[in-house]
Amino acid sequence: MKRFLEVLKNGIITENPTFRLVLGTCPTLAVTTSAINGVGMGVSTMAVLICSNLFISLLRNVIPSKVRIPCFVVVIATFVTIVQMLLEAYVPSLHQSLGLYIPLIVVNCIILGRAEAFASKNSVVLSIADGIGMGIGFTFALTIMGAIREILGAGTIFGINILGSSFEPVLVMILAPGAFFVYGGLIGILNKIQEKAAVK
Amino acid sequence: MSGFVNIVLIVLAAVFVNNYVLSQFLGICPFLGVSKKVDTAVGMGLAVVFVMALASAVTYLIQIFILNKLNLAYLQTIVFILVIAALVQFVEMFLQKASPTLYQSLGVYLPLITTNCAVLGVAITNIDRGYNLIETIFNGVGGALGFTLSIVLFAGIRERMELADIPECLKGFPIAMISAGLMALAFLGFQGLIQL
Repeated sequence: MKRFLEVLKNGIITENPTFRLVLGTCPTLAVTTSAINGVGMGVSTMAVLICSNLFISLLRNVIPSKVRIPCFVVVIATFVTIVQMLLEAYVPSLHQSLGLYIPLIVVNCIILGRAEAFASKNSVVLSIADGIGMGIGFTFALTIMGAIREILGAGTIFGINILGSSFEPVLVMILAPGAFFVYGGLIGILNKIQEKAAVK
Repeated sequence: MSGFVNIVLIVLAAVFVNNYVLSQFLGICPFLGVSKKVDTAVGMGLAVVFVMALASAVTYLIQIFILNKLNLAYLQTIVFILVIAALVQFVEMFLQKASPTLYQSLGVYLPLITTNCAVLGVAITNIDRGYNLIETIFNGVGGALGFTLSIVLFAGIRERMELADIPECLKGFPIAMISAGLMALAFLGFQGLIQL
């Protein structure tokens, strides 16, 4: 149980996939135009991550190591297809706004990376913990990015206006360049905080 | 005539307006990973042009003649990613036999392309937009040229930045992101050049 919580915390804080490992940059930049899109993408990725970690861990003694990468990709692609169909059926508006980036979860380096580095070497329970931890870490990061861009770019958060009508939205923040600026800036700030912590 | 104009428009749009790296965020990993030197950036770009054109054509034919015919469209993601991975492997083996010099210069970059989400992104976009075979191939080539253009320009900027005096906490990844943002801002100027 202690080990379970450790792995969970590792995914959320110590090795946060977005801010510390800098994996899965494509969806991080592409879908964070609003907080709700960030949450949607994060949760979809988390679902795929947990399921693929579970199955790869179950099959880790069956898959021959020479062909493991194609096997992992097939497992991941299967779950991505399932998630895509579920979203299309139950949340069509989210499916519409995430569009092309849902099938692209397949090539999200976080998922293949965790399959290779964690699930293929650890027990089923720990692999699920890793999936949940990494998933929450990723969702958290995407939501923050989405919230910052939505507040600056549209003056709203989760669609609710918070800055009043006198606020002039900085449109560039929800366009492509804003994604790069916010991501670079956030990592810069985190580095600064870590630097200070290290000095103490 | 109009067919030719159409193709020129598709290529221009893919290179400048809908640049896969700077406006659609596809292929960010190699964009950041292999852009430390201009030479390697050019090599990577050429490898991507080759694979993307081929992958566009092959995935298009599979979609039309196999998946659509058999009502298996929902298998698109799985089939495409496997086809691309197999294709990259095949191209690598073929080049090794047919042109060892080209293989030597592209060698390291070829396996990396499988993880380039721009290839899968282009393949799916082609199907979504309902292009025909010729448009598909040119969209693939255009997308890859756009990728090459941005990665080579970015490598040039990064080479200069090595010597620049930047705050400690922004060194490495953050400053790369911010300069990519400035490049994206410049490419935003092409928006509205072509309406598709």
